[in-house]
Amino acid sequence: MTAVLDAGLALLLVALAAWATFSRGTFAAVVGFIAYGLLLTLAWVRLQGIDVALTEAAIGGGLTGALLIGAASRLRATEDAARADRPGAFTRSIAAIAAAAVTAALAICVFALPDPAPSLAQEVAANISVTEVGNPITAVLLAFRAMDTLLEAIVLVFALIGVWSLAPDSAWGGRPGPLHRADPDGMLAYIARVLPPIGIVVGLYIFWVGADHPGGKFQGATILAAMWLLVVMAGLADTPPVSRRWLRIALVGGPLAFIAIGLYGAYAAGAFLAYPLGFAKPLIIVIELALMPTLTLILALMLFGAPQREARR
Amino acid sequence: MNLALDIFTIVAVTAGAVFFLAGTLGLLRFPDSLTRLHALTKADNLGLGLVILGLLPRIDGVLTGFKLAFVWLLVLLSGAVASQLIARALRNRDRRP
Amino acid sequence: MNEATLFGLCAAALVGLGVYGLVTNPQPLRKILAFNIIGSGVFLLMGAIARRGAGAGFGGDPVPQALLITGIVVAFSATALAVALLLRLHEVAGSATLAPDAPAKVEPGAGGH
Repeated sequence: MTAVLDAGLALLLVALAAWATFSRGTFAAVVGFIAYGLLLTLAWVRLQGIDVALTEAAIGGGLTGALLIGAASRLRATEDAARADRPGAFTRSIAAIAAAAVTAALAICVFALPDPAPSLAQEVAANISVTEVGNPITAVLLAFRAMDTLLEAIVLVFALIGVWSLAPDSAWGGRPGPLHRADPDGMLAYIARVLPPIGIVVGLYIFWVGADHPGGKFQGATILAAMWLLVVMAGLADTPPVSRRWLRIALVGGPLAFIAIGLYGAYAAGAFLAYPLGFAKPLIIVIELALMPTLTLILALMLFGAPQREARR
Repeated sequence: MNLALDIFTIVAVTAGAVFFLAGTLGLLRFPDSLTRLHALTKADNLGLGLVILGLLPRIDGVLTGFKLAFVWLLVLLSGAVASQLIARALRNRDRRP
Repeated sequence: MNEATLFGLCAAALVGLGVYGLVTNPQPLRKILAFNIIGSGVFLLMGAIARRGAGAGFGGDPVPQALLITGIVVAFSATALAVALLLRLHEVAGSATLAPDAPAKVEPGAGGH
């Protein structure tokens, strides 16, 4: 019975991806992509990856969708001019052959996967009691592969610096995004007053419960960033100028705290990012608390985009 | 008792699925954006509400039941606001000559 | 065919669709969209591999799943940077096309190459 459900889900996913690829208008393609992201969340649940499902719903479906819709609406004027560049039949047939070859190669790989499947689940289960967290994903992210999480936080800061460097000279260090003006008595302002308190509680809950159940700081930070986005889009608050010192300190504070704890681990436990016995859970909590504001700021600021207005306003 | 609860779950979830089907049909077949919005609210409010009502006998704690009802309330809130915003945008677009 | 194989094949189809969309869509935003579809297909394939590595009471191998969370976040940041570049190109050049010399207007009769 569940095989029928899985087959239907897989077919819907391919159909929505085909819609996003072949659709005429860019806006329709982006909307199809958002629906595709949400269905992908269901696929992740079927594959028993609940944490990945939460991340996909929040970041893959929500934030990426919001980013692409904003870009599609700003680029609407260039639609017709760009459509004239459509490649001819020859290029399209070569692309179809290449796509079919890639699909066939990946399908052969899927059938050629080794059986019994190699897995690190046993090692994780054997060592997870030392980290004193119950969620294996959190243990892997913050204890066994903490280096990857540290490098990811630094990569996010670099990407944000890349986005900020695209500001025009007149707006260097200014406020990202246009000034949103919504009716202060309207529905958008209403929901921007009602939803953020609920969203903040939900986001902090998902962050806190990630130690033992599916959840974690990425999913929680995304919800907090979404609440900030809602407030800014309703015109209740303006984006901060990117040259503000508190903003920059908050952005690098998370990775710096992470590196500091890593160096402390090198001093106290013998290797960078090793945790002394018995200190694993407190150190993990400190790292997560330090990374939460950084992640929230980075995710929201990447969605706001490059600075467009001067800071003095 | 368990049989009665199971039958209740099946009936409620099926009724919710029927509302989702009706909402989807309305989205695809109604002529106008405003009428399509009207069809979607049926799926949002009643469909999801019936599905969650049907899932309530299967929860493993009162807190889970509260979370499910909370999810439904949030969907109601966001659906209502989104419908209002879309409808207002449509009215402004149609009002412009 | 268990669900891991089924979603692995689905992921292969998604990557193929993304490759086709990346090559044939002229608008850069559609290319970014196709790039995201390729990325999500690759993540789904890795998720199928993680599902096959289930054991010790976990539903799936936790190590690839944790790496996937990292991957999804980094893919979002790459998309954000690409979109910012595209919007800047649109601001500076007035058009959002990757053609070397963008035509000022579309000539009637311009069709396939």
